[in-house]
Amino acid sequence: MATAVSGDDVVSLSDAPTRPMNMIEAINDALDIMLERDPDVIVMGEDVGYFGGVFRATAGLQDKYGKTRVFDTPISECGIIGVAVGMGAYGLRPVPEIQFADYIYPGLDQLISEAARLRYRSAGEFIAPMTVRTPFGGGIFGGQTHSQSPEAIFTHVSGLKTIVPSTPHDAKGLLIAAIEDNDPCIFFEPKRIYNGPFDGYYDKPTKPWKDHPDAKVPEGYYSIPLGKARTVRKGEALTVLVYGTMVHVAEAVCREKGVDAEIIDLRTLVPLDIEAVEKSVEKTGRCLVIHEATRTSGFGAELVSLVQERCFYHLEAPVERVTGFDTPYPHSLEWAYFPGPIRIGEAIDKLLEA
Amino acid sequence: MAKQGEGGGYNRPRLALHVPEPKFRPGDTVDFSHIPVPEAGAQPRPDETCAASETNPLCTALVRVLGDDNKAHGPWDPRLSPDKLREILRDMALVRAFDERMYRGQRQGKTSFYMKCTGEEATSVAAAHALASDDMAFPSYRQQGVLISRGYPMVEMINQIYSNRGDKLKGRQLPIMYSSRGYSFFTISGNLATQLPQATGFAMASAIKGDSRIAAAWVGEGSTAEGDFHSALTFAAVYNAPVVFNVVNNQWAISSFSGFAGSERTTFAARAIGYGIAGLRVDGNDPLAVYAAERWAADRARSNNGPTLIEYFTYRAEGHSTSDDPSQYRSAQEREEWPLGDPIMRLKLHLIELGEWSEDQQKAMDQELAEAVKAATKEAEKNGILGHGMHHPFHTMFEDVFEELPWHLEEQADQAIRERKIKWPQQ
Ligand SMILES: Cc1ncc(C[n+]2csc(CCOP(=O)(O)OP(=O)(O)O)c2C)c(N)n1
Repeated sequence: MATAVSGDDVVSLSDAPTRPMNMIEAINDALDIMLERDPDVIVMGEDVGYFGGVFRATAGLQDKYGKTRVFDTPISECGIIGVAVGMGAYGLRPVPEIQFADYIYPGLDQLISEAARLRYRSAGEFIAPMTVRTPFGGGIFGGQTHSQSPEAIFTHVSGLKTIVPSTPHDAKGLLIAAIEDNDPCIFFEPKRIYNGPFDGYYDKPTKPWKDHPDAKVPEGYYSIPLGKARTVRKGEALTVLVYGTMVHVAEAVCREKGVDAEIIDLRTLVPLDIEAVEKSVEKTGRCLVIHEATRTSGFGAELVSLVQERCFYHLEAPVERVTGFDTPYPHSLEWAYFPGPIRIGEAIDKLLEA
Repeated sequence: MAKQGEGGGYNRPRLALHVPEPKFRPGDTVDFSHIPVPEAGAQPRPDETCAASETNPLCTALVRVLGDDNKAHGPWDPRLSPDKLREILRDMALVRAFDERMYRGQRQGKTSFYMKCTGEEATSVAAAHALASDDMAFPSYRQQGVLISRGYPMVEMINQIYSNRGDKLKGRQLPIMYSSRGYSFFTISGNLATQLPQATGFAMASAIKGDSRIAAAWVGEGSTAEGDFHSALTFAAVYNAPVVFNVVNNQWAISSFSGFAGSERTTFAARAIGYGIAGLRVDGNDPLAVYAAERWAADRARSNNGPTLIEYFTYRAEGHSTSDDPSQYRSAQEREEWPLGDPIMRLKLHLIELGEWSEDQQKAMDQELAEAVKAATKEAEKNGILGHGMHHPFHTMFEDVFEELPWHLEEQADQAIRERKIKWPQQ
């Protein structure tokens, strides 16, 4: 078996040779493979065709698959997602891109009330097997409208699957799984780590992915099952539940502090790998939940609640939560907003002292 | 500086807001003479392959075929056979009989809710007859006529309305929110206008695959104000999608008249002009005109000449639903005075004029249809009525949220089943 980097849950991974890729390349590769394998896969979104997307995730695909399979759309998120619902009902597997997660709101009704409920309301007669890809999160000086992390909204919706990769390897395998899935998926791409992992120190240059083991991405087709977390590293002192960009920040903080943390990258928020969460918290007795999104009613609240309900008698300390603040993402003070090493470090100290 | 909202202290005219008001309120005498009703047969019929702009004059006119003399006139006459005309008449009459019975069923507590389409039967029935049976219909909630025209079993419709154990939708949807993939009838959403981008997407998918099926969507005039309507028209125009948008302008959106969707300034069909797609404004109470327009648009879409927006100008003769009382907001005379008559009456008189039908035959048919609806109702009631316990098993509540049941729904299903044993031990 090649590359066990992302652990045990990778399926269909043969002895494929690997290639260093950044996250954008991995996503592009996943789309390329799925467009090739399945004539029903369609890629669409603002600027995704000729230009290949503002982040270049769809670069080259229109050239290869033609204008009726990879195309630009009007600037209408309601239209993009609504049209994708109809395409899914027809039998296609659309992969619409929403240019920034911040712009998904005009399409929310189509996603929440329509895509997510189509199977239920038609008792399985019509489905919307679509994967909405969208860059999310801050750390690129995007101001209020290019930085949000709205994942909690989607985890609150019955019938949607919410996916957040944290490495090129996972991005490819999870995106392929999402496209193959018959339920509507939303695939949040942590744009801060498109080009390289990020340890939380904004003033240090980003190391490119190519030097990172998780950037060794197998060639060809493989998928990672939705609903399976990845153990980033094993540890005994505490469990860190985390996803997206914050996986790398958490990892760096624990490494630097010399904390023997078990870091669990959730990878999918719905369905959640509750077994991995329970197993780890029962072992360590301490739990830290981290996300970049605003705090109140964030997905962290759900995680804390689950841990409290299911692991209470194993807990040695109250569960800690590190998040962004309950403000819009500020432009000039972006790094004051970001839940970086100081906020995480304090929470770890508090947990370990308790 | 003056405080906001105080009218300012400047030497400039005061601005004034216009809030639309319908012409008639309860108690008012109705005069519909402001509605121009052109002669039947007066409008030209461009070829289906014409440039969209050629239809611009038809966006503000009114395409009519059946005249006051009960004869068919002009180039839009679809020249249907007497058999076809009788089929359309029968389906419209069946829809009306069905509505009557279901309305009563709601009043008798057999279900929670019902919506009639009285006066608008042609806009779904004649339109459905003009489409191919596998063209995907994306209805709103007043298009029961599409299902009935396609021969969908009435018993299944009633099972759905009663949310009983025979309901194919497992008792999850509001009454009248039917769904049938087999009859190319897309599941109805309670969120208005969402089906329009979906119809466009379906049509685009059909074109991407080189299929021959088109899509047709229905929406009320009130709901054209939703962003979805405009997104759908934009996409349909941009990609030349093979889709027909039917706007059923029945003058009222619950208690709000069409002015609140912008009808004081222009017609709904005229919205097509801004998008550069074909548009037609059609007498919605004239089954022949409806058939002809829908067929024209369907042929246009099918031959890759692009989308069409049709406004069916009609009148909602009954209340919006079982939950409202129209006498509270509009003149009772409106229904009587409506200048375009009643679609069933008009087609009946046309057939009689042709010597292909009689009042006696009509009476016999109405009797027969009422019996058929009654029999279907009895049959459906064997599967239960709403709230009387003959529903789908509890576990089905958790099915179809996802393709497979995830752990959290499995746990919640166990909870529901545990509760059932306590709440209803006899079941
Ligand atoms: C998005 C949304 N907003 C509001 C409603 C509540 N509502 C249901 S029907 C209706 C009126 C619709 O009028 P119109 O589109 O003209 O259709 P008609 O009922 O006249 O056929 C309203 C406001 C809804 N179902 N969905």
